[in-house]
Amino acid sequence: MLAALTQLLIFQLIGEVIARALELPVPGPVIGMLLLFLALGLRGGPEHELQTTSQNLLQHLSLLFVPAGTGVMVHLHRIADEWLALLVSLLVSTLATLLVTALVMKACQPRPATTGEAP
Amino acid sequence: MTPRLNEIWVYLSASPLLGLTITLLAYQGAFAIYRRTGNNPLANPVLIAVTGLVLLLSLTGTSYQTYFSGAQFVHFLLGPATVALAIPLYQQARRVKAMLLPVLAGLLAGSLTAILSAVAVGRLLGASLPTQLSLAPKSVTTPIAMGIAERIGGIPSLTAVLVIVTGILGAVGARYVFDAINVRDPAIRGFAIGVASHGIGTARAFQVNEQSGAFAALAMGLNGALTALLLPAIAHWLSIV
Repeated sequence: MLAALTQLLIFQLIGEVIARALELPVPGPVIGMLLLFLALGLRGGPEHELQTTSQNLLQHLSLLFVPAGTGVMVHLHRIADEWLALLVSLLVSTLATLLVTALVMKACQPRPATTGEAP
Repeated sequence: MTPRLNEIWVYLSASPLLGLTITLLAYQGAFAIYRRTGNNPLANPVLIAVTGLVLLLSLTGTSYQTYFSGAQFVHFLLGPATVALAIPLYQQARRVKAMLLPVLAGLLAGSLTAILSAVAVGRLLGASLPTQLSLAPKSVTTPIAMGIAERIGGIPSLTAVLVIVTGILGAVGARYVFDAINVRDPAIRGFAIGVASHGIGTARAFQVNEQSGAFAALAMGLNGALTALLLPAIAHWLSIV
């Protein structure tokens, strides 16, 4: 577990350095993810330890958003002033994004030739 | 409180131990409720844990800063966890390759919808320009969204909150949207949830289906990058119209 965690941190570190050195708009961890993805391709897949450590970490991904989410308490006043615009905007936009993304993907999906539909 | 208890409280409330412990307790309590409801999206664990923590901190008069000095150790793990998303992604690489066209088309359409619809509705309902600009990056993962908000003239810490609320809304609502339009493919469901509601949506997707989770992770990464590229230009246009 320790070696796997170290590996994840090293990839994050490389990602941060690249993001800052090249002034990329994408944060370091996302670049680290892409680099690890490429490395896995070269290595032919993750070793067992990396696999289980990642699984454990991702199993409780929700937990990691709790501290930032609790930050809502700092903005309660601003939110109280504009709550209707904020709530309706987030609700409409999130549902619209789900809808549009799923429908566009469904429309673009190549159909397998063997579905046996009548011509 | 007796003077002695008071002393202990003063000590504890200034140490990171308390913030860290209550974060883990609140989350485990919330997760137990989520499990008991049969993973019902309405019982979202982030929503329940955050509600409980805000109530607790408000009732005890604890500042967010004090709380965060402990909770930051959990927050920090977001970085390595994001890197770890490469593993499920790698395991789905073949499926992703086969779906390259729907993935790219869905990404572009979804990313633009997320930005423009949030700003348009906010503007229609009279939100101020800084609020509109804080809303614009709400569908991408917290660190990217805060960086974008800062660059385009939004309020980064407000964006952080809007991002979390968006994540919860997507995690809660996605199933009903997909069922209503009869989208069954776990890859499409996962990808759409990742575009619309970043890491919180991804977390939900992983709890439902491994393939959905991998596609959600892919969508989260791609949408973060695309929004960071598109939004400065769109924001410039918004500020002048």
